[in-house]
Amino acid sequence: MEILMSVLIGILFMTATYLMLSKSLLRIIIGTGLLSHGAHLLLITMGGLKRGDPPLLGEHAKNYVDPIPQALILTAIVISFGVTAFFLVLAYRAYQELGTDNMDRLRGKEGND
Amino acid sequence: MSLLHLAIVSPLLFAIFIPFFYKYFRQIHTGWFLLPLPILLFSYFISYLPETKANGAVSRTLSWIPSFGINFTARVDGLGLLFALLITGIGSLVVLYSIYYLSKEKEKLNTFYVYLLLFMGAMLGVVLSDNLIVMYAFWELTSFSSFLLIGYWYHREKSRYGAQKSMMITVLGGLAMLGGIILLYLMTGTFSISEIVPMASEIMEKPYFVPALLCFLLGAFTKSAQFPFHIWLPDAMEAPTPVSAYLHSATMVKAGIYLVARMSPVFAESGIWLWLVASFGIVTLFWGSFSAVKQTDLKGILAFSTISQLGLIMSLLGLGAAALHYDTVEDSFYTIATTAAVFHLINHATFKGSLFMVVGIVDHETGTRDIRKLGGLMSFMPITFTLALIGAFSMAGLPPFNGFLSKEMFFTGMVRILEVDIFNLDTWGILFPVLAWIASVFTFIYSMVLVFKTFTGKFQPEKLDKKPHEAPFGMLISPIILASLVIIIGFFPNILSSTIIAPALGVIMPGLVFDVHISFWHGFTPELFMTLGVIAFGVLLYTTLDKWRQIYDLFPEKLALNRFYDGGIEGMQTFSSNLTRTYMNGFIRTYLVYIFTFFILLLGTTLVWKNAFKLSTNDLSSIGFYEVLLALIIAAASISILFAKSRLTSIILLGAVGYTVALFFVLFRAPDLALTQLVIETVSVSLFLLCFYHLPKLKRDEERIRFKAVNLAVSIGVGAIVTLIALSAHSNKLFDSIASYYIENTYKEAAGKNMVNVILVDFRGFDTMFEICVLGIAALGIFAMIKLRLARRNEG
Repeated sequence: MEILMSVLIGILFMTATYLMLSKSLLRIIIGTGLLSHGAHLLLITMGGLKRGDPPLLGEHAKNYVDPIPQALILTAIVISFGVTAFFLVLAYRAYQELGTDNMDRLRGKEGND
Repeated sequence: MSLLHLAIVSPLLFAIFIPFFYKYFRQIHTGWFLLPLPILLFSYFISYLPETKANGAVSRTLSWIPSFGINFTARVDGLGLLFALLITGIGSLVVLYSIYYLSKEKEKLNTFYVYLLLFMGAMLGVVLSDNLIVMYAFWELTSFSSFLLIGYWYHREKSRYGAQKSMMITVLGGLAMLGGIILLYLMTGTFSISEIVPMASEIMEKPYFVPALLCFLLGAFTKSAQFPFHIWLPDAMEAPTPVSAYLHSATMVKAGIYLVARMSPVFAESGIWLWLVASFGIVTLFWGSFSAVKQTDLKGILAFSTISQLGLIMSLLGLGAAALHYDTVEDSFYTIATTAAVFHLINHATFKGSLFMVVGIVDHETGTRDIRKLGGLMSFMPITFTLALIGAFSMAGLPPFNGFLSKEMFFTGMVRILEVDIFNLDTWGILFPVLAWIASVFTFIYSMVLVFKTFTGKFQPEKLDKKPHEAPFGMLISPIILASLVIIIGFFPNILSSTIIAPALGVIMPGLVFDVHISFWHGFTPELFMTLGVIAFGVLLYTTLDKWRQIYDLFPEKLALNRFYDGGIEGMQTFSSNLTRTYMNGFIRTYLVYIFTFFILLLGTTLVWKNAFKLSTNDLSSIGFYEVLLALIIAAASISILFAKSRLTSIILLGAVGYTVALFFVLFRAPDLALTQLVIETVSVSLFLLCFYHLPKLKRDEERIRFKAVNLAVSIGVGAIVTLIALSAHSNKLFDSIASYYIENTYKEAAGKNMVNVILVDFRGFDTMFEICVLGIAALGIFAMIKLRLARRNEG
């Protein structure tokens, strides 16, 4: 299962990178979204998969899955959400002010810095 | 702090008060307040003469950074004292001269004298510091104050150019010298020169010896304007004439000479030192005197003449190193070259200082320094003419002036080098006297040009701005004193020999016995005939100057060293600006490609190089049907985003990926994650849709991502590297998880049953606190972005 997940994460990283290299600002943000999904899945995969019950003590199970990666991912999800939201509004404001979402046109000019 | 330290830094301290004098005593020329200081310092340093003569050095230490062995150790020995006397003595005369030269109404005297004092203090610090780091600090201060003084008339473009050029070249050498100092420290463990000198023979064996030697020589050659670093000196002539007289003839340009003399006991045992110093010196001597003849500006002649005389001193110092290999010789046969160097150093300071002042007077009284406009000034300015004659004849090496004596000794040193049979000198040594003789002929010619083209010949009043007349007496005092010194030393050279020259030689060549006696008449020696030859050929060539002057036009302008400097500077600027413009092209995509490529290369090569990739199938969990299904959904959704034509499709596909990830969390037994992921994905997708809603009106380019091979290669690389690293990391587990502690203690210690929540708020609550901060900042930031419209407020 871990090998399958690693390949899947590789695919997510690949598509994320491809999107981030494109011209449209919205696609870049989509790329970052895919990248964070990949990173979260990588975290949980590296913690080991399906080695027991959910990390809830009421289950009285012999084994629980590792709770630490889950806590880390939860933190990461919230932070990436905050950043994505900020980034999206930034993009929205950039459309409003500059009238374009093409990264090639959003380019600093010489002597204009 | 001893009196000696106070003497060294007194010019720097005094500089603080100059602006006050300038501001509150406008009627009195600021220079008068300054004048007593160098005179006082001069008499103070005179009082050290008996002590250094008794072959002792006076040393005083002031702790600065003792833990690094950096202390301000002032050490007065023969060499340091000689320079200190030159600096303060000529300093006094230059200050006196500048009082009459610079107008108190037109010039900003406060800055001038502050810079001059900075320079004087720095120069004293250079020659009297025993600690190399302290010496380096003062050394850079001389470069810096010289930069300020050259650019004194900063509104002229040529001044700024000259100042920048001299700064670039001297600081280059200064930094090289710092490198040499550090290398010396690595070899000896001390910064103190007097402690390094006894270790000289051990240092020679060490691997850093040659690099250190080269670094020091680079510092000395740039500062002393040796070929090919001499190019800054002619451009430094844009400085006011007192500055040229002081810095660029008598003191600062001799700092390099000082350094070579000071480091001779350390490095001179090596043949590399002898050859480098002597040959750079002789080439500079020749090139300087050759180039001086073609100059039409009086200060230009003097600048090249200074270069050439510095080369003379440098070559003598280099050849004098041969003496260190014959320390058994009792009559100090080979030390004659070094003696000549020190003697000429003093002589050059006297006659060159007076010549610069004379040129300043001519400039001041006629309004030009161009020899093509000048002529026949003899009858208008008889005193100035006499002074110029004395200075120029001394420079040409004619009797009975002091230049004659040092030139005779110079020839003696050069001829005797033929008898030396070390370092291949017996084969190649013949070049030295030959080049020296030719250079002396040119020296004779430009000295004659300097005097006779200015003061004799046809008077051309129509080309002059002012009506020439004799200079005020105050302006003449300093050159008169210097010219009298020229004559006095010429007739009684031995007043210097035992008092100043012998102690200085003792420092340059420790352990040798000196009996310096400079005699006026040697008898009919080869040197005398060489001098006669110089005069004969010089007169011949001077009188036929107009006929052979064209040979200077033969020299291609393209090969001039200034062209190399200017082209080099410009080339470097264009190159770096082109380079930056090439890779910093402003496209974010390009930068991302750089970053990702670097990431791939770094991690990929490490994987291969360290043989790190490993795939173990031991610790794997089983593959279930649902997981495979979800994985296929994610893979399909994310890949189809790449091909999605419209933005709406891509957003929905991103949402599909997010929800599938939530399902994965369900399958991987992470209920909290699944909940959060579902909620957050929903909010995110609505935000994306919000953006989408506002977007289309602007630009409806509903086209697919344009295919780019580079992008594809880079992204496949990134994906592959991530997969490989994930696989090898999973196959290389070094130790077990610390999860068992949390599982055991969640209820016992923290009274909770949901382990993830307990970890978030109890075991690792700090993370959560700052995560809340992140959300808060994001919210405030979004609010601010929407509400604050600074650009529009400014417009309205």
